[in-house]
Amino acid sequence: MNNSQNNIFHPRPSLPAPRHSKGALHWVKTNLFNGWFNSILTLLAVALVSFTLPGFIQWAFIKAVWVGDTEVCKLSDDGACWSFIDAKFRVLMVGVYPESESWRAVVGTAIFGAIIVATVANWLTGKVLLVAWLLVPVFGYFLIGGGFGLKEVDPSLWGGLMLSVLLATVGIIVSIPVGILLALGRFSGTPMIKALSIAVIELVRGVPLITILFMASVMMPLFLPPGFIIDNMLRIQIGMIIFSSAYIAEVVRGGLNAIPKGQFEAASSLGISYLKAIWLIILPQALRHVLPPLIGRCIALFKDTSLVIVVGLLDFLGMIKNSSLDSQWLGYETEAYVFGAFVYWVICYSLSRYGALLEARDPTSHSK
Amino acid sequence: MTGLLLNTSSNNNVIEFDRVNKWYGDFHVLKEINLSVKKGERIVICGPSGSGKSTLIRCINALEEHQGGHILINGVQLDEQEKSVMAIRREIGMVFQQFNLFPHMTILENLCLAPIWANHLPEIDAQALAKKLLKRVGIEDQAAKYPGQLSGGQQQRVAIARALCMNPKVLLFDEPTSALDPEMIKEVLDVMTELAESGITMICVTHEMGFARSVADRVIFMDGGEIVEENDPETFFKHPKMDRTQKFLGQLIGH
Amino acid sequence: MKFSLPKLNHRFSLITNGISLLGQTMLIGLVLYGAYYLLATTQANLLERGIESGFDFLGKEAGLPISDKLIDYQPSDSYGYAFVVGILNTLLVSFIAIILATILGVIVGVARVSKNWIVSKIAAFFVESLRNIPLLLTLFFVYTLLLTTLPGVRKALNPFDGVFLSRRGLYVPEPIFMDGFVFVIAAFAIAVIIAYCFTRWAKSYQARTGYPLPKILISLAIILILPLTVYLAMGSPLSFEMPILKGFNFVGGITLKPEFSALLIGLVLYTSAYIGENVRSGLQSVSTGQIEAANALGVPKSTIIRKVLLPQALRVIIPPTTNDYASLVKNSSLAVAIGYPDMVSIGGTIIGQNGQSIEIIAMWMAVYMTINLVISGLMNWLNVRVQIVER
Repeated sequence: MNNSQNNIFHPRPSLPAPRHSKGALHWVKTNLFNGWFNSILTLLAVALVSFTLPGFIQWAFIKAVWVGDTEVCKLSDDGACWSFIDAKFRVLMVGVYPESESWRAVVGTAIFGAIIVATVANWLTGKVLLVAWLLVPVFGYFLIGGGFGLKEVDPSLWGGLMLSVLLATVGIIVSIPVGILLALGRFSGTPMIKALSIAVIELVRGVPLITILFMASVMMPLFLPPGFIIDNMLRIQIGMIIFSSAYIAEVVRGGLNAIPKGQFEAASSLGISYLKAIWLIILPQALRHVLPPLIGRCIALFKDTSLVIVVGLLDFLGMIKNSSLDSQWLGYETEAYVFGAFVYWVICYSLSRYGALLEARDPTSHSK
Repeated sequence: MTGLLLNTSSNNNVIEFDRVNKWYGDFHVLKEINLSVKKGERIVICGPSGSGKSTLIRCINALEEHQGGHILINGVQLDEQEKSVMAIRREIGMVFQQFNLFPHMTILENLCLAPIWANHLPEIDAQALAKKLLKRVGIEDQAAKYPGQLSGGQQQRVAIARALCMNPKVLLFDEPTSALDPEMIKEVLDVMTELAESGITMICVTHEMGFARSVADRVIFMDGGEIVEENDPETFFKHPKMDRTQKFLGQLIGH
Repeated sequence: MKFSLPKLNHRFSLITNGISLLGQTMLIGLVLYGAYYLLATTQANLLERGIESGFDFLGKEAGLPISDKLIDYQPSDSYGYAFVVGILNTLLVSFIAIILATILGVIVGVARVSKNWIVSKIAAFFVESLRNIPLLLTLFFVYTLLLTTLPGVRKALNPFDGVFLSRRGLYVPEPIFMDGFVFVIAAFAIAVIIAYCFTRWAKSYQARTGYPLPKILISLAIILILPLTVYLAMGSPLSFEMPILKGFNFVGGITLKPEFSALLIGLVLYTSAYIGENVRSGLQSVSTGQIEAANALGVPKSTIIRKVLLPQALRVIIPPTTNDYASLVKNSSLAVAIGYPDMVSIGGTIIGQNGQSIEIIAMWMAVYMTINLVISGLMNWLNVRVQIVER
């Protein structure tokens, strides 16, 4: 190699791509009009959008009535009557919760919001985060229900978005540990425990939530000893927890399955007791694995709370339906449901984005 | 000498690149590539990763579109017409780094897919052909298995047999041994050497310098999207002309 | 490729091997005692409230009217029969919804991976909206829209002869089969058999000569033309009973009540968003290398889709879709919220009348579990057929 004459290699300069292979026109050509079939599709899609979107914008924004009573709304036929939502706002948010105690909902929302912000922004971590979230159900029930000096408010008066969020939050927080226990029970070597866990999980997952809610609402009182009364609201909360636990158990099982066998062998070779190995090594890994599907369960549970309307609670959706039937404000069902859909969508979509964020943030993730 | 021959008898060229350019977005991957491959020639292309060598051979069977210049296959210009692209692809076999066998088909079905659905061969004839080719690559006894049940080396040999099923005039190899464990590389190289001796036109992107030295008629070194140097293996390895080539070969040997 | 999942049972048995035989016995005792205590309390409670127990009520006269029914039903029929009417309604709406949701879901999924930017964005919008809004809200919304935007009975829309669309529902002519129609059905059956035989012959023809025939096209032609010829030859043995406006409503014809339509539309939209996601991830799971390899061989596009893309995508699509089908059947219980008489809504009414919640809930569970088992059985059978043998 040493005897060859040294020709120095001069790389050619990179040239810019020719105009026909880039730019807006090229993009339109390759993404919208490559081939006759795609061109027809594009035209149809554009037609669809241009028929629906301007009309919706007209209705929802441009011609909409934002303030005023029914009389004002009646004047504008083809615009949305958002003042209807304004008039019903309190009911939609807290239901028929006593007006004098409304401040509690505001305080609760503020604290809950703060915890959420702190969680998403990663300000709270580890045990502090865990404790904060474990306190949410206790504090939530205390704040809304009263007691210990606060005026007591009967659960039959709870309602609106407040009730939906309470049912979902408490439901998910309580059902995570229950679900983990069920999942571990499913892997248990004791046939009794295993069989019981499988029976509970499969039975609950096999039936619709409505039947569980019926069970909680009408069947559960029959099982309780005389004189021992659980409020309907609480029974339904228990029903939601049972339902959610079975699904979370399945999610956690997936996480446990994904842990390589070596982890267990490593733990036992270090002489760590079984329970400690589960608590310190297996569960943390399994839970990290299943965070995205767990978030999925949160979304599902929040959507599912809307079913409590069937057993007589008036949650957010219940209040939306009720408001649209108000004889003073007849004919604004569309506004009610569009607003409801918007609120549910914002909450659920944010949750799913948060799930995606967690997945991206997870340093141990090896998916895609 | 060879260069002179090439220029005078261009009709004999199976593949011809005429000032071919290609961009990925704004990234200039292939710069003014000129290359002619004669019938029966065996060419090895090497170069650092990202030098455009895979892109180059993927342009030959139109898996990648080029944006400037012309590519002629057997004197026919590659264009965007689906029919002519399909016809040209049937003339050119390709072997991939990741094998790309169809995991849901048996080995025999993998080999028979193209003869049956592209060449309309009767099933019996297709199977006979497939078995003959499996025998040629030395794994006729695995015909009924699925790709997942074979070792990497065996899978790549199946992939070579699959590429041969359409009786191609040209074989393209895109780093066929890079995804293999060391002990399996030899079995694949042996098959490739045997093919090379049969006189088929071959273009091979590989870093197996031993293979290049013993089999290739010409070695091409690419860097930064252009051909830096091409020569017969003897000269290429012993007396590389360019500093860039020397550096690259030095790194290879340094390992 | 993912590593295969080892069976965990052995590893986890470490923990519970620690529980002794004594412990297990005590556990069984505890569970039995709990069961006994529950039973005793429940019986006392039932007695106190004057609620009967057992399934005797199924034979008693129901006295509840049911608006939508597949089989003849009178309020004087028994509770058991009323419940069967409910089961059939659940099955009917689920069955139709599964078929429609699958079709729409496949379209949505394919649209999402489309290279056409605007089409894929519209599909994404569809999926992201429907998945993030409770099904019940969608149902209420659809139901309200049907009731408010459609005209009253007297101004019913009449797009085709004999088809009326109003707030009371969609009315279509009911086909009345006359004597000769048996032959048309027979001709249809024969045509199906012929088409099947033809397909098999076409396969062997291709195996022998190498030339593929347009199997689907010719089969369809056989299945259409043969019964049609017989139908015409028999002098069109089919007539229609037209719905006619009488007083405040239509009589005659087949009715699709708005409750049924709303439930069907809601279930189809909601489930198709999920199936669309399954289809998308299934299609994306097939590596580009697979398509490239087939392309490099010069295999035609349609063959690549049928022989390379679909078989591999299906094994990813089928398992989650099985779950979605099962969810759809369970979600059909939301019928109760808009008043479609499915099994849950009729069962709920029965509970309201006689308070026998335990029995009704047990019956619900039994039926849903059976449906789930049937669905997962069918889908498992399908799944086995598309699974890949792996090392």
